[in-house]
Amino acid sequence: MMEQAFDIELCIVSKPVYLCVVRAAISTALERFGLDEADCGKVMLAVDEAVTNVIRHGYDNAEDRPIWVRFKPDGVNGKAGFVIVVEDLGKQVEPELIRGRDLEDVRPGGLGVHIIKQIMDEVEYTKREGGGMRLYMAKAFDAATAPST
Amino acid sequence: MSPNDSIIATNEPIEDGVYLALNGEIDLSRSPELRQSLINLTARGHQRIVVDLADVPYMDSSGVATLVEALQAQRKAGGKMVLCGLQDKVRSIFEIARLDMVFTIVDDRQAATQA
Repeated sequence: MMEQAFDIELCIVSKPVYLCVVRAAISTALERFGLDEADCGKVMLAVDEAVTNVIRHGYDNAEDRPIWVRFKPDGVNGKAGFVIVVEDLGKQVEPELIRGRDLEDVRPGGLGVHIIKQIMDEVEYTKREGGGMRLYMAKAFDAATAPST
Repeated sequence: MSPNDSIIATNEPIEDGVYLALNGEIDLSRSPELRQSLINLTARGHQRIVVDLADVPYMDSSGVATLVEALQAQRKAGGKMVLCGLQDKVRSIFEIARLDMVFTIVDDRQAATQA
């Protein structure tokens, strides 16, 4: 089955300076769906962590590689929600090896995957057929903020 | 905010150390600059480093990691690092990462100089 088209598609090069562009686009879209500032901030953080992981681990900080970020409203577990997909052409890793670290071990780094999984309802890493990785993230709107349309 | 603006808006001595006020969003594009500044500061043996985040509207895990590294360097040297002025969005990442109980976090500069 063909995947439903996305409402927003961004492509940036892997320069950290463009993280703010991704955050602004996603948070603006979510505000239009009635998400409050706190929830917008958390989703922005999850997307930021996803793109940062691509830059640091997928591309080893190379600044000239593509990263795609896609957004669409969609059902999540039978509720209104949204989907965000982050794709790259970086190093492929086995999805089951991508996991958050033990937070009892206080040390710098390694928090990104934990943060993403804490914030989003569904998180799935897969290898892209053409190379690189694909991160699917979905979250249901809370009843209080669910859009009426 | 221009990308060339310094991440440290204020750096001034206090009775037993130094007070830093950070400025602007802190993500992977700016955390290396913060890391270098904090490495330089922790190497000077200040008893107390106060980091004021009141003018930081956003921080990701690269910024948090930088603060964790500085905290550990301070503690190893027998010093203290105190965070103050956290906005809700910034406090949220410390809570998600369960670091809100690892750092000393207080409301404002005055409390930070006594914590």
